[in-house]
Amino acid sequence: MGDPGTKEVISLADLQAAAAGARTGRKHVLSLVVQNRPGVLVRISGLFARRGFNIDSLSVGPTDDEKKSRITITIDGATHPIDQVTKQLHKLVNVLKIRDLEPEDTVAREMALFKVGVENGSGRAEVLQICNVFRGKVVDITKRSLIIEVTGTPDKIEALEEMLLPFGLIEMMRTGQIAISRGRDET
Amino acid sequence: MRAVDAIMECLKAEGVEVVFGYPGGANLPTYDAFVDAGIRHVLVRHEAGGGHAAEGYAKSTGKTAVCLGTSGPGATNLVTPIMDAMMDSVPVVFITGQVRTDLLGTDGFQEADILGITMPAVKHSWMISDPADIPQAIHEAFHVASTGRPGPVVVDIPTDLSKADIPYVVGQDTPLDLPGYQPKFEGNMKQIRQAARALAAAKRPLLYVGGGAIAAGARDEVRELAEATGAPVTCTLMALGTFPAPHDQWIGMPGMHGTRTANYTMDEADLVFSIGARFDDRITGKLSEFAPNAKFIHLDIDPAEIGKNVPAHIPIVGDAKQVLAKLIPEYVSLDADRARLDEWWERIHAWQAEYPLTYEKSDDSEIKAPFAIESVYEASGGNAIVTSDVGQHQMWTAQRYHFAEPRKWINSGGLGTMGFGLPAAIGAQVGNPDDLVICVTGDGSIQMNIQEMATATQEGLPVKVVIINNGYLGMVRQWQELFWDKRYSHVDMRPEQAPVPDWNKLADAYGWTGVRLEKKETLLEDLRAAFATEGPVLIDVRVAREENVYPMIAPGAAARDMVG
Repeated sequence: MGDPGTKEVISLADLQAAAAGARTGRKHVLSLVVQNRPGVLVRISGLFARRGFNIDSLSVGPTDDEKKSRITITIDGATHPIDQVTKQLHKLVNVLKIRDLEPEDTVAREMALFKVGVENGSGRAEVLQICNVFRGKVVDITKRSLIIEVTGTPDKIEALEEMLLPFGLIEMMRTGQIAISRGRDET
Repeated sequence: MRAVDAIMECLKAEGVEVVFGYPGGANLPTYDAFVDAGIRHVLVRHEAGGGHAAEGYAKSTGKTAVCLGTSGPGATNLVTPIMDAMMDSVPVVFITGQVRTDLLGTDGFQEADILGITMPAVKHSWMISDPADIPQAIHEAFHVASTGRPGPVVVDIPTDLSKADIPYVVGQDTPLDLPGYQPKFEGNMKQIRQAARALAAAKRPLLYVGGGAIAAGARDEVRELAEATGAPVTCTLMALGTFPAPHDQWIGMPGMHGTRTANYTMDEADLVFSIGARFDDRITGKLSEFAPNAKFIHLDIDPAEIGKNVPAHIPIVGDAKQVLAKLIPEYVSLDADRARLDEWWERIHAWQAEYPLTYEKSDDSEIKAPFAIESVYEASGGNAIVTSDVGQHQMWTAQRYHFAEPRKWINSGGLGTMGFGLPAAIGAQVGNPDDLVICVTGDGSIQMNIQEMATATQEGLPVKVVIINNGYLGMVRQWQELFWDKRYSHVDMRPEQAPVPDWNKLADAYGWTGVRLEKKETLLEDLRAAFATEGPVLIDVRVAREENVYPMIAPGAAARDMVG
């Protein structure tokens, strides 16, 4: 198709298009490199708010270049047109690069802290056992509580949350995902 | 030199001849610099008027306009024109004063976070924290505003920083640092060839031209493509004049108050070539039933517009002028048989014959609004720059002033801002001193920025304002009549004792000529005389009170179901 000089007639019926606002039906991890300037995060979060895009998680941090920051956004492709999200993000002058990371080519991690109540020591041994299975770390311990630190995929963290719930989960904090592409090439 | 003097030098380096604005506490340093700068400054009477005047200047000349305001309320008064310029892709650089840096964040007097407030309404914005950055920010602002898809930008400068001394040499080269801003102009050649072949294969094609064609300066290319393909052409409200309305291939404007022919053509087309248009809801009506038989070629410089509302079968990201210049020879080389469009044209001509734009004529002296617009067209020779406000008069003008050239029709399309027309006319007249500039407005809209009459007087701008005066907020009344069982709620602007204001007295108060026109028999002559009168003229045209704009696609309905 479209070779230089071709005069072959095409059939309009054969032209295909992605439906406007197509949904992919899966979670997407968008990795952004942005200029490290005041207001950049506001521009991005404001864009999501006014276009009606919901952010599942968002994390921001410095990179090896002090002029640039990395933003990792997880967004649901079942409810949002990812194509439109990335095109709108690209219009922001401070956004330098966007990658929609393919799950199989990506290492994605998040960290979570769980504060679990262990009144009178009941259940503590069992909680520690679960913690071990999930390769978690106990980072604080009192007579009445434990704090567990764990890293992993969102699935793993949600599984641990479910296991800890019956023991009296006091609170939980999650960082949101960060993600890096596999292999030698830059994300 | 002082940063403010450097700003003046930067403006001159950008080719700025005129600035619209209003001084205040926080931008006093900038105004001090104007004393010696040798740049024309138009003192408006309200910052919103300044913003819209800048838009009128930019839209009518194609140049990037500049508008100044002070901090706090001066800046917040600019929010409407900034959003208006965003929606209609108008290149305007807004420079606002800000409170001193030591007061920032303390709720200081006349402090407003204008960057935060305008973030959803700008293409980009700059907050100055180091005065040495000011020249670079100004040049970057012009670059971003005027290239790619044009739009408004804001540069916010704290007053203490604007007074600072900075190392700046007149004529210096100031490099830009915009690594994340790289608009694409050229268009993918493979896609362009594919588009040419699709056009050659289409039996029921339509060229659907939007404001992007004007921004790209693609007037000649649009006309060439139209004539090469023989396809019917429709222009959106933003693009009227890009293709001449008096032309065999012109089928009128599409959309809510477009012609039946344009909407039916869209409805039955097998290929719609969108050139810098964005498939706004006022065009598509019910999206699921819009152009159900069509494949879409979507050419736009903004990739985010492609596939946003309708699917794009052949997307082309690029500048309309550059892309069409490559596409036309590709199309011509295919030797497509023009006779294949004969049936299509038969169908279109039948619609044109059956559904001309019409209205019920009065059998007495009463002036019907559509007749008033037809008379404005005739009396002005059809080549005036026409600005409008928002409402019935705007749609009647779009339908009946048959624009033959781009940048002659200046209106607020996307945001639909009442109060746009008069200041926009002022800006257009500043940019086009030798043209006849007419503002067609309503008795509602004109009162939203009426204070700008003083600006026209002071600047000696001979704008002609035609008030289509029906004593109603006419478009709202029309919707209440059609969709709310005639339950008129707060749309009557004519108290029983007498119309307010007395427009002739108001004209007099502002140093304008005022005329009241009430008879259709003499309307054309009276308009001619008014347009020939020196200086600004306020023309109060009393029209039939309850006239509706037709035809119409009811909100959310399909084009096929047009009424009236």
